[in-house]
Amino acid sequence: MKLSFQLAFRNLIGAGLRTWLIVGILTFTFLVILFYNGLLDGWNLQAKRDAINWEFGYGQFQHKDYDPYDPFSLQNAHGVFDARNAQGLTPLLMRPASIFPNGRMLSVTLKGLPKNQRQLKIPVDRLDKQEGAIPVAIGKRMAKTAKLSLGDEISLRWRDKNGTFDAENVKVAAIFNTTISTVDQGQIWMRLEDLWRITGMNNEATIMIADQPMPDTSFKDWNYVNQEKLLQNINNVIEIERASARIIYFILLAIALLAIFDTQVLSVFRRQKEIGTYIALGMTKNEVTGLFTLEGSMYSLFSMFLGTLIGVPLFGYLSQKGISFGAFTADMGIGMGDRIYPSFSPSLLVSSALIVIISATIVSFIPARKIVTMNPIDALKGKLQ
Amino acid sequence: MNTARNFTGKMKKIILLFSFLFLGIMSGQAQDAQIILDKVDKNMVSKTEITESEMIIRGKRNVQTIGSKSYTEGNKKSFTEYLYPERERGTKMLKLEDRLWIYSPSTDRTIQLSGHMLRQSVMGSDLSYEDMMEDRKLKEIYDAIILGEETIDERKTWILELTASVENVSYHKRKIWVDQERFIPLKEELFAKSGQLLKKTTLSDISQIDGRWYPKKINFKDVLKSGNGTDFIIKKIQFNPAIPAYIFTKASLKK
Repeated sequence: MKLSFQLAFRNLIGAGLRTWLIVGILTFTFLVILFYNGLLDGWNLQAKRDAINWEFGYGQFQHKDYDPYDPFSLQNAHGVFDARNAQGLTPLLMRPASIFPNGRMLSVTLKGLPKNQRQLKIPVDRLDKQEGAIPVAIGKRMAKTAKLSLGDEISLRWRDKNGTFDAENVKVAAIFNTTISTVDQGQIWMRLEDLWRITGMNNEATIMIADQPMPDTSFKDWNYVNQEKLLQNINNVIEIERASARIIYFILLAIALLAIFDTQVLSVFRRQKEIGTYIALGMTKNEVTGLFTLEGSMYSLFSMFLGTLIGVPLFGYLSQKGISFGAFTADMGIGMGDRIYPSFSPSLLVSSALIVIISATIVSFIPARKIVTMNPIDALKGKLQ
Repeated sequence: MNTARNFTGKMKKIILLFSFLFLGIMSGQAQDAQIILDKVDKNMVSKTEITESEMIIRGKRNVQTIGSKSYTEGNKKSFTEYLYPERERGTKMLKLEDRLWIYSPSTDRTIQLSGHMLRQSVMGSDLSYEDMMEDRKLKEIYDAIILGEETIDERKTWILELTASVENVSYHKRKIWVDQERFIPLKEELFAKSGQLLKKTTLSDISQIDGRWYPKKINFKDVLKSGNGTDFIIKKIQFNPAIPAYIFTKASLKK
């Protein structure tokens, strides 16, 4: 075995530029696989963390009439909750409303969270009482869409619990920056106490956000949706991204493997005398096949080494500093920060390395199988077989 | 001591007398206002109606004119067919009590509007489907008082203030300027619960048709929105014609 390693190593080094070209392509493929997966893992982690912090908490009790994909369901999706049974739950009431910035009408969802809540990062604690106007918080994207700045006053129109129109001025008291567009775009946040007062819906909520995981349960008008289900969308989007990424690195890997396959076919064809000599010196055909396969798979080992030399500093830097995707990220459906910090887990490193090593070994073995069928005497003579 | 007691007694009587007088005036006013409302309802509402009208919607960049023909029976049933422009031609709307269906010829589909969708604007105008669907008589849902008098375009009007007497109304308060001779509103303002003005309606071009006064032009304006509002112009109107029953069926939407 040791001899095989020595021979394979010497043969590869002896091949010179050809070896380094193949190793180069394979290293590039290895790094691309790592980078893409790291980026997606980083995005996944970041999106989930932000979704938990800004929107989902550790699970939600949703009113039976609430459908997150149907804004029209908000009209009837609210119910009274019993504060004694709602320990560890943060109530959130949602109502449809309209705002009129600069004479334009924009449909919004009015959301109320208790002033002293700590569950979500929405800065309702910064909404102090204002003279004459209800203080509200909006996200950066909403501020941009509605052309609103801190301190601006706008007319807000809503309907109370009986469906009667009401309107008052609201003042933008806080603008927050979040990666979660569903809590930003088209949303106006105010203190739950204010929303209860203006709609007359005291002690009512649309959803209640849990501060710790709870067993799947339903009571009265409330259905529990666990965190995993709430995050399902992010998982789905990441899975789709991963599938499209797989196509790219499959193409790259195919190019590198084709180079190895080609080299192996050529080696078996051109090195027949060498093969005959190995057998004459006492190696079995299987040992010679193993030697040639090892040579092929050693390309991948070289690429691992080179990949480590390049990848450790490069990916270390990227995971520290993040990668900016600029304006592209602003309006994505799921949470995407201004910068994405790739995440390279040990399992990702091992699985990517195994993909490259195993596939290189397989494509090296396929042409080397021909050695088994060779006649050693003809091989020694260099006769074409 | 006695003088003081006599003075207090007299004051009490005076206050009581004024209170009765005030209440008498107020209830008299309220009664008058209800009578005026009743006369307005009688003028504006007929058993059946067929109207050909135009809706002029002024957007930020363009002005759109939509023509339609409507059949109405009481305040529960109505059927509207849009005649022009080409894009809207053939679109039909059927209202039966509190339900509303819209038929679109481009998709050959009928959809029922409900809930929040009824609050959407009708073809980009300042009117919502719900505004068009309000079918209760004013005096059934509002208590009215006369606030005063005002002259609008040389017509003497009463200013009525209407406050919701039931809970489920869209506008908590309305102010109506009613022509004292013709019993036709010339202006209306709709208020939010907080007292903020939300919408304004101006009725003009009052003509006598079949023995009753009727406004041929109505301008609706959402005051929170910029722009000049939406004009509703009546081209032709027939009061109390016979309308076949099939008109107010879902089958007539696809005809």
